Amino acid sequence: MKVLTPTVLTYLKVVILVAVVPAIIGFVVVLAERRLMGFMQARLGPNRVGPKGLLQGVADLVKLVTKEDITPSRAERAVYFLAPVLAVIPALTALAVIPFGPAIRIGKVKTTLWVTDVNIGLLFLLAITSIGVYGIILGGWASNNKYSLLGGLRSAAQLVSYEVPMGLALVSVLLMTRSLSMVEIVHRQGRLHLWFIFPGLLAFFIYFVSGVAETNRNPFDLPEAESELVSGFNTEYSGVKFAFFFLGEYAAMIVISCVAVTVFLGGWLPPFPHVAALKFLRILPPLGWFLIKAGLFLFGYIWFRSTFPRYRFDQLMALGWKWLIPISLANIVIVACAILATPGRSNGMFVLSYIFGGLFVVMFLLAKLRQKLARRERLAAIPASAVE
Amino acid sequence: MTGAQAVPGALLTGAAGWLFVIFAVLALGMAIAVVVARNPIHSALFLLSSFLLVACIFILQQAEFVGAVQILVYAGGIMVLFLFVIMLVHQRGVRERLTFQHQWDVALLFVLAFLLPFLYVLWTERFPDLPQNLDAFRTVRGKIAGNTQAVAWVLYRDYLLPFEVASVFLLVAMIGAVVLGKRSAEKVD
Amino acid sequence: MKVSASDWLLLSPELFLTAAGLLILSISAFFDKAKEEFLAFLTLLFVGVAIGLVAFLSGYGGRGAPIFAGMFIVDNFAIFFKLLMLVSIALTVLASIQFVGRAPYPAGDYYALLLFTGVGMLFMVSGNNLVSIYVALELMALSSYILAGYFKLEIKSTEAALKYFVLGAFSSGVLLYGLSLVYGIAGRMGLPDLAKLFESQAKSNLLLVGILLILAGLLFKIAAVPFHVWTPDVYEGSPTPVTAFFSVGPKLAAYAILARIFYVGFPKFHADWGLIIALVSAATMVFGNVAALLQTNVKRMLAYSSIAHAGYALMGVLGFRTEFGLWGILVYLLAYTFMNFGVFALVVFLETKGYAAESVADFNGLARRNMTAAVVMLVFLLSLAGIPPTAGFIGKYYLFTSAMKAGYAWLAVLAVLMSALSLFYYFRIAAAMFFSEAEGAPLKSSYALTAAVLICAAATVIVGVAPQPFVEMLRACVIKAP
Repeated sequence: MKVLTPTVLTYLKVVILVAVVPAIIGFVVVLAERRLMGFMQARLGPNRVGPKGLLQGVADLVKLVTKEDITPSRAERAVYFLAPVLAVIPALTALAVIPFGPAIRIGKVKTTLWVTDVNIGLLFLLAITSIGVYGIILGGWASNNKYSLLGGLRSAAQLVSYEVPMGLALVSVLLMTRSLSMVEIVHRQGRLHLWFIFPGLLAFFIYFVSGVAETNRNPFDLPEAESELVSGFNTEYSGVKFAFFFLGEYAAMIVISCVAVTVFLGGWLPPFPHVAALKFLRILPPLGWFLIKAGLFLFGYIWFRSTFPRYRFDQLMALGWKWLIPISLANIVIVACAILATPGRSNGMFVLSYIFGGLFVVMFLLAKLRQKLARRERLAAIPASAVE
Repeated sequence: MTGAQAVPGALLTGAAGWLFVIFAVLALGMAIAVVVARNPIHSALFLLSSFLLVACIFILQQAEFVGAVQILVYAGGIMVLFLFVIMLVHQRGVRERLTFQHQWDVALLFVLAFLLPFLYVLWTERFPDLPQNLDAFRTVRGKIAGNTQAVAWVLYRDYLLPFEVASVFLLVAMIGAVVLGKRSAEKVD
Repeated sequence: MKVSASDWLLLSPELFLTAAGLLILSISAFFDKAKEEFLAFLTLLFVGVAIGLVAFLSGYGGRGAPIFAGMFIVDNFAIFFKLLMLVSIALTVLASIQFVGRAPYPAGDYYALLLFTGVGMLFMVSGNNLVSIYVALELMALSSYILAGYFKLEIKSTEAALKYFVLGAFSSGVLLYGLSLVYGIAGRMGLPDLAKLFESQAKSNLLLVGILLILAGLLFKIAAVPFHVWTPDVYEGSPTPVTAFFSVGPKLAAYAILARIFYVGFPKFHADWGLIIALVSAATMVFGNVAALLQTNVKRMLAYSSIAHAGYALMGVLGFRTEFGLWGILVYLLAYTFMNFGVFALVVFLETKGYAAESVADFNGLARRNMTAAVVMLVFLLSLAGIPPTAGFIGKYYLFTSAMKAGYAWLAVLAVLMSALSLFYYFRIAAAMFFSEAEGAPLKSSYALTAAVLICAAATVIVGVAPQPFVEMLRACVIKAP
């Protein structure tokens, strides 16, 4: 097997990633989203093309490719062309450092389920995803359309704002991982028998909310708010260029999910591998566990989208600057104190897990109680004569 | 980028050397384009590419942390704000004017006046040899760790005081932005 | 790196001032415009405490050795400058109370920024490493830019801030480039380490370029020719108490750090930088005095006058490895701080009375409307011109002597000639005050401003009449050249 040298394997993995991820997006994620949204909004969703609508992706692809590709006459041609490309490339590049599974052996070939494991993995991800914003800003500007421009401006402000809490949330996890390498982060969770979502519960929530904002998804999809800006930054785009923006958004979503899985949810590890009774969970290969977790996270995205109405722009900024950033700063202090204050290298993380877990349960119960009281109040407000 | 394969003292030889030349020439070309471009947005884009190329040079020299921070801070943060401001302020009608119409000849003279002595000095200078043991830049407490860990180790121990002064500096920058940017001169309650 | 209790003690003035700035900033939200004077008095109190802390450190035995991994040093030199700078901040607060109080801008941020400028200056003069010096310098500079543009509804103030910022940022870039060249060659940043390394190394042209660029960056802060062009516009446009502060505070820090970097870090190249500084000094004093002579706008004239004084002061750095050393510049700066601040404080006084102090005519007949102000102004002008028995004379005497001893007799002669020239424009103001017709009612000054002016005047006269104790004390504050 002289052909499959490590270099060749790396190229092969890149090709597979670049081919597979857009396919998954087109055929699975988009369809799942539309069907789920349909379910949550008590309607059907697309079910015409192919059995149960499974081939909807193909139909969309054909539609987008065959559509006329329009460039507005006074657009900045070069930048207009560059923008969709810039929206896709960073998101796909980011996938290079994500470990989808451990080192494996297929037949005689030993390889890893990641393209590369750089020692600044997490930082690299933050850096690369921060470049993704240019596609949107430049697309909005180059279209020479005021709605597009407004969308681009909103996007610039939004992404710069939410990068901060996202980075800070990850910093608090870094205090526990002691490494920026994505593979090492997963290994450490395996060694500790603890996923970082437990000691990093607060960080996880901040990360999730910022992640939604970073990918311009509902309820933070202000750059393309159709009720205000027609379609925002992509108003003038059609055909393949529009498809690229579309692909870029979903690829970014997938990157955010994969990072969440790696950093918070134990990557490819099955749940509770050290509990003997749960050994049977290992039937599923590591890659399977990774995909399940990523799928769950994406489901959270869609759930989030259909639950909350869109924010106003000032509300969005207030949430980011006045809530998420202070909370994430406080979180860093809390995590650092817990780790330093407890003896031993990892005890602090367990203490943190209990603290955050307890807090979470208390808040959950309080919310339930409030809900109940509110319902009772509502019922009491209804005059007795109306109850019949 | 994974580190271990570094040959001591041979950072810029072979393929890495050629890459350095390519990145450096491109970065300089982009920097010139920033000044020459007539459209401010194009200038900003050239500046962005220049930043990215410089980040590549950092990574080439195994300063991964600085490289990533260069992208994160300059490309991902500062340039976005630049674009934001240019888009808010920029009028499309006036963009075709040459920015340095009036003084380019004088400016060229000054540039040459500074550049030529500089080139002379660079040409005649005998540069100190590269440090032989590059692992020194990756070593923390006697163990080889990443460049990131080494930077942190130096930053939070030897350079703790300047680091803290820099935090006051950033605070003042923030106060300044608020003071100068507040809309009303009256006291806002 | 271990940090001991003694280290924290040595750092206490800076820490205290930072905390004070933060406190003023946070409580200023609770004070409306009418009660803001309290904030000024609080600021004064804090500066007073900081002065007390520095004074305490001057008697503290643990000082002298670099702390915080060689970043920070509290020697007599630093303590002298810290005291002088803190006094200049206190004077600025006194001169600002009425001026800022009447303007439609919140005063809390103003005093907080003033304190942060102070923090930057204090860190700067104690800097023993190129990194800590640079960061502190930027802190000082950034706060100054904001202070210059603090009266943001006035177009001149905004212009001043913008010019100061753009040129300041450019000069910072030059300085930083110089620092990076030095670091690239030496691989270290601590000033004593640099000196030790260069002792055994051959001279390198690239290193000289680096040193030259560092010098250029610092000369910008001092406003020496040819890096002076920002000065008149910034001095004219900034709120006048801020101008008064700029003409002394940040300059003190820049002189101090210029001396420290070149005496401690680059002693081997003293022949090179010495010659350059001498030439710059000559150009600065000639240009400053001639330009001031041609000015009719008082603020701009005083700006050029302070450029000229920067030229004199640079002579004090030349006494490398002579018995004088930095003695001359220390004595001169002691005098300069008070006399130059005093002049600007009187401009503040006129401005609070509704005169723009733009032209010499605004000084017409001041003697008849406020005799004290006129007399005090005369003292300051005499001192600036270097006439005995004022502090300015003592300062110049030591400066010129130090230049002579260092072998720059031609420079000393030029300086004497230029001082004579300066009499012309200083006496234009004096003549206006005493020999021109007055109109209008007597002018009364506020207590705080009066206090500031009288302190300056007292210091100018006392140092001039009885210089011996001060001069002797300063002898112990010089940096010994290795």
